[in-house]
Amino acid sequence: MAAHSAVLSASKIMNPFWVGRLGNTAKVFGTTLIRHRNKTSLTPPPAKYGGRHTVTLIPGDGIGPELLNHVREVFRFTCVPVDFEMVNVNSALETDDDMNNAITAIRRNGVALKGNIETKHTLPASVKSRNNVLRTSLDLYANVMHCQSLPGVQTRHKNIDIVIIRENTEGEYSSLEHESVSGVVESLKIITRNNSIRIADYAFKLARERGRRRVTAVHKANIMKLGDGLFLQCCREVASGYPDITFDSMIVDNTTMQLVSKPQQFDVMVMPNLYGNVVSNVCAGLVGGPGLVPGANYGRDYAVFETATRNTGKSIAEKNIANPTAMLLASCLMLDHLNLNDYASLIRNAVLTTMNETRLHTADLGGQGTTSEVVQSVMRVIQSKGQFTAEL
Amino acid sequence: GKAVCCPRVRVLLVLLLRRSFKKFRAGITTQICASLLCRHAPPARYGGRHTVTLIPGDGIGPELAKHVCELFRFCCVPVDFEVVNVDSTKTSEDDINNAIMAIRRNGVALKGNIETNHNLPPSHKSRNSLLRTTLDLYASVMHSQSLPGVRTHHRNIDIITIRENTEGEYSSLEHESVPGVVECLKIITRTKSLRIADYAFRTAREKGRRRVTAIHKANIMSLGDGLFLECCKEVASGYPEITFNSMIVDNTTMQLVSRPQQFDVMVMPNLYGNVVSNVCAGLVGGPGLVPGANYGENYAVFETGTRNTGKSIANRNTANPTAMLLASCLLLDHLKLHGYASMIRKAILSTITDSQLHTADLGGKGSTSEMVQSIMDAIQSSGPRTQRH
Repeated sequence: MAAHSAVLSASKIMNPFWVGRLGNTAKVFGTTLIRHRNKTSLTPPPAKYGGRHTVTLIPGDGIGPELLNHVREVFRFTCVPVDFEMVNVNSALETDDDMNNAITAIRRNGVALKGNIETKHTLPASVKSRNNVLRTSLDLYANVMHCQSLPGVQTRHKNIDIVIIRENTEGEYSSLEHESVSGVVESLKIITRNNSIRIADYAFKLARERGRRRVTAVHKANIMKLGDGLFLQCCREVASGYPDITFDSMIVDNTTMQLVSKPQQFDVMVMPNLYGNVVSNVCAGLVGGPGLVPGANYGRDYAVFETATRNTGKSIAEKNIANPTAMLLASCLMLDHLNLNDYASLIRNAVLTTMNETRLHTADLGGQGTTSEVVQSVMRVIQSKGQFTAEL
Repeated sequence: GKAVCCPRVRVLLVLLLRRSFKKFRAGITTQICASLLCRHAPPARYGGRHTVTLIPGDGIGPELAKHVCELFRFCCVPVDFEVVNVDSTKTSEDDINNAIMAIRRNGVALKGNIETNHNLPPSHKSRNSLLRTTLDLYASVMHSQSLPGVRTHHRNIDIITIRENTEGEYSSLEHESVPGVVECLKIITRTKSLRIADYAFRTAREKGRRRVTAIHKANIMSLGDGLFLECCKEVASGYPEITFNSMIVDNTTMQLVSRPQQFDVMVMPNLYGNVVSNVCAGLVGGPGLVPGANYGENYAVFETGTRNTGKSIANRNTANPTAMLLASCLLLDHLKLHGYASMIRKAILSTITDSQLHTADLGGKGSTSEMVQSIMDAIQSSGPRTQRH
């Protein structure tokens, strides 16, 4: 990784003609180096032809399409070597064809950026949530969300820095329900040893990589003794292999109460699916709302990036008031994943600089800015950094 | 209300008529009938004094229960406590069965949280859960209000959370059919969902509330939470003056931490209720401030809203007695001793405005006994007949 960035930086000083050539060498060299390291995401290098990556893009519903358009705009402007293969998924249809196409495309490319696909309540219960189907088919077992207090955003709590790792494929989201007796519904929550060990292992490896000191497991084992008891046991087993990291556990109700009073006490949190959903939404609310936090879903072979709180934002769709920060930061996470770290830092810094401008804050942050204004500002900041960019 | 004409009512009527000729006045009979028409059967009452089961529980439970007894004795509240201890270390269910029998006898209880020992096998069920399901205390009601004198990040919060208390994820039905694979069953039934929704809307109407929000995750659990939502909608159609809307639980928790003032009454299944009520408690100042009530068809049990054992602060005289004392006021309201309830409640609220007395959970250095003393002082100064200090 160090050698890789060193070569890239060296290539910047040299003649632009050589930049591309050296850049490629650096990428290949870098990737080889990285494969030997003990990385959290054991993902094989994604599709890459002629030095350009191909990424699947699923616009989704609500604010998804407009935000992803902005992402493409910013990428084109910054000359990021990424091509998007767009796959539309129509949430109104009952057939799974659209979804299967999308999944095939992601298998092909290895990486995707998606908006949230709406789950229509009017369709029968047999039609499962499309987002969920995507996550389980591709076995994207870890959902990682990093909640950080952003400097320009006014919130009630300061200095929040929590990484939430949520099991993404089982738990309450198994979609296994049946009505054996009329008027009595049983929903099954599945906890397995394998998946629990896998997610705990992911959490501890990530904590170690990022130099984090503590991992907290969130559970409800006083009530769901077998299920969450198994989860907790697996976490403890994995924790014993990481003596440098403190491990503790907390019941989910106490966790949410502590989060709203003293969120600074949390470092890395690992938990099953539903608690992960609730806790990550609480944390997103604490740092400023759904428009600010990016999320990533990692599997052994694939990675899909989206906004952390997975909102469709139907009510604000196409009004040019959605906050593009979450989606842009998600695209930066994607660039990091593709080892295009320089582009990632460049766009990320531009987004954070723009966030400092209260004037540009969108409605969710209490301001009156529009999406396009924010994106324009991001592009201006990028241009001012002196990079080779397209015309504004 | 409905007209009740079962034998039990008739027997009670006869007893009351025989007891005192003084009470046999024209209007009284109607009043007695009216009180008997209420949802809950009248609790045990002899010689004008009520008997209430008291379960101290673990952690801070015993000391707080003692303070309640002290306060009630000081105010001459006509309530006698029947203390039933439940030992959380024992595996046999005798203790909890005794407690349940006592509550059946008395009709009302005040309890501390009973610890669930993790070292015992999974067949050992949570004692609190057992109590709730056996007595069919189907509604857990928690009123989270911003208290004056307590500094919080948000102001003007006034949310009533009504949580289904007997089914959902707390069915304690789990099995490991294949080693390493555990299935936990979450049960949602039409009957119970209708019942809790009905309770929620009736409560909203009684308290003059304008909106009821159902919390669910029907996009993922479409059959289960879908059924719950459907039941809520059915019941809502019978209350046209109350607005009904629904919200997914993750969005709800996010909205709660950014704009909690938008919520009025919330109704939800068991687990979401647990999480949401804890978030609300955290927003208004923490677990030491909010009382909770569990209502059933025939019984009512009062406790702190967030059901914490508080093991780490037990016996240190640092626990905040507010939640338990306010729970005892809810108890008095239930027993229709409204005069005593308001008096104690007012004294508590005036004490809480004094930040000198705030306990550690509110960021102060006060002790439990100081707070209780101050409440008793406030009651004495308001004039009614009290015991000597």
